[in-house]
Amino acid sequence: MVGAELDKAQVYEWLALVPDPEIPVLSILDLGIVRDVTVKDTVTVTLTPTYSGCPATEAIESDVLAALTGHGVDDIVIKRVLSPPWTTDWISDDGREKLRRYGIAPPSRSREIACPQCESLDTERVSEFGSTACKASWRCRACLEPFEYFKCL
Amino acid sequence: MSNEQALIAYTLRLADNALILSQRMVELVAAEPELEEELANANFALDFIGQARMLYSRAAELEGQGKSEDDFAFMRDENEFRNLLLLEQPNGHFGDALVRQYLFEAFYVHLLDALTRCSDSGLSEIAARAIKEVTYHLRHSAQWLIRLGDGTDLSHERAQKSLDDFWRYTGEMFAADEMDLTIQAEYEGPDLAAIQELWRRDVEKTVSEATLTLPKDQWMASGGKQGRHSEHLGFMLAEMQYLQRSFPGASW
Repeated sequence: MVGAELDKAQVYEWLALVPDPEIPVLSILDLGIVRDVTVKDTVTVTLTPTYSGCPATEAIESDVLAALTGHGVDDIVIKRVLSPPWTTDWISDDGREKLRRYGIAPPSRSREIACPQCESLDTERVSEFGSTACKASWRCRACLEPFEYFKCL
Repeated sequence: MSNEQALIAYTLRLADNALILSQRMVELVAAEPELEEELANANFALDFIGQARMLYSRAAELEGQGKSEDDFAFMRDENEFRNLLLLEQPNGHFGDALVRQYLFEAFYVHLLDALTRCSDSGLSEIAARAIKEVTYHLRHSAQWLIRLGDGTDLSHERAQKSLDDFWRYTGEMFAADEMDLTIQAEYEGPDLAAIQELWRRDVEKTVSEATLTLPKDQWMASGGKQGRHSEHLGFMLAEMQYLQRSFPGASW
């Protein structure tokens, strides 16, 4: 199948099923790293990394390639752009809710971070510098569960 | 050296800084004093590796001779590396590694900020991506410097010694050579004298908050930016490059 027979919405539907390798409850669309899709003779998908050293970048690109070829698209270009740099503001509302259900507190502009398990606001930061650049380690004083908080970046 | 050649060499210099520092940080993996630091350090190292990869790829693209990021990282000898001497110095103890990190990041964050405004779009885009990471790294290293300096008698004494030991390597960051001047003039690049003032202001503030004493002006070591390195770099490269030298083109 070539690009001319496709519409963009269809490509987005397929991309919505490609999970982020690190947080698989989120699709790459939820995460906000799909910058653009163009459908002409070729299908061009423009992606941006969440941070420079993101080890998932190559994996995501090959997952996108596999998803589209799996649907019979044979002329695909994957572009990587750095500018403007990704921010957590690009995580969709749907994505935020999925993060919370997964046990990761979604990015919040508020000073109070709610525990993703019991929703208590009685929480404390254990370390600002967590397991990835985007996460901090927190603990809930109410239910005593440790949890990760997805920082605003 | 043409402007284009200067831009390639300058991009490689930035890439070498990021790679050599990340390799030193990688040596600390599984050797940090606590789990939170283990996670933080490994992730910071990953950011620097990512920056090095983007910069090497950009240099390869400008050069147009079909080289890859790996060719630059693994197939060059020490006199071809142009990183700052500061970054190749051995890790020492936790305080040493931390002070080295702080002194560089306090400079690097201003350098990147200036580079976001340079006229080469490749460099300015990488800088815009990297500055978000380095701003965050700097929060970490500055907080630790304050904690160590203003901590126990022993941590204070050791942090002061680390600061004194590394100080002689800080001059090189601001010693503008012909290449720095070309980038500044032809590509609206960083003004190192202006950055030195910003750096000095920030470092004075943090060092004083850490109850430490700023070392006196002294003789400054230099040469890394021109490929004249301390004896430590060769040992480092020997370990880092071993696989590609023994099995050229190995991939996984």
